[in-house]
Amino acid sequence: MLHLALFAFFGLICVAGAVNLLVQRHPINGALSLVVVMASLAGEYLLLGAEFVAAIQVIVYAGAVMVLFIFTIMLLNAGEEERTKGSRVAILLGVPGVAIGSLLVAWTFLRNANPESVSIGALLGDPQTIARLLFRDFLLPFEVTSVLILIAIMGAVVLASRPGAIVRPHGEPVEAKQQEKEGPQLVAAGREH
Amino acid sequence: MTSVTTIPLPFYLILSGILFVCGVLGFLIKRNIITIFMSIELMLNGVNLSFVAFAAHWHKLSGQVFVFFVMVVAAAEAAVGLAIIIAVYRTRETLNVDQVNLLKL
Repeated sequence: MLHLALFAFFGLICVAGAVNLLVQRHPINGALSLVVVMASLAGEYLLLGAEFVAAIQVIVYAGAVMVLFIFTIMLLNAGEEERTKGSRVAILLGVPGVAIGSLLVAWTFLRNANPESVSIGALLGDPQTIARLLFRDFLLPFEVTSVLILIAIMGAVVLASRPGAIVRPHGEPVEAKQQEKEGPQLVAAGREH
Repeated sequence: MTSVTTIPLPFYLILSGILFVCGVLGFLIKRNIITIFMSIELMLNGVNLSFVAFAAHWHKLSGQVFVFFVMVVAAAEAAVGLAIIIAVYRTRETLNVDQVNLLKL
């Protein structure tokens, strides 16, 4: 009974945050409601016995990824999104489309439903067990993931750096002329905000 | 197995489905490129919840390891995607996806 109450509590917070993300027009409000969703999902994971996943959810998702989002929002000085013709078309086509799609999926689920239950605490996802699995059975995917992260870091640095900021080992910066052309404009644009 | 308290599996699947549908809806109706990106994260979170629920249901820890990998890929995707957003903003000075309709200026 207590578990069901906790499930309902975290689930309601979760859905409220997700709906708030849709309703809010300012990106920073959306980001904060996404943090709420992720934190309450961590509560759901704890209910399912997945301790490691819950900790990672708070540290990596609600911590690192959302800080990255909020940092970008502040860096780009993002304001409220404006309603355009495109957004009206998107609402008119998108809402019915999603409703039909989710109804189809829900109908398929309910038709094949078997009312089985998840027993709480039967499966322990503590860091020790997960680590044994991760470093033995899933060692190759784990190592490939590190390469992926390395590539992502380099890609992010290259993409986000100013044109001309990356210097070749010998000689001129890459696209130095373009930087001279664009440099004053960017400074002027920055002062406007 | 001393535990007797149970929660029906469909509850978790319904919650995960609601989160996923909210993500799809936000992806379709939002015009701000950062909010669209956050909707993708919401979809990934919904899928993660069903992964963990099925892991508890089938008594297989592999589901939780998959969640770990999904999170790693999502973090990498967020880093690269936000860098692309910064690059797009630098050249066009807008975050509205309706005005970003050319690959090359």
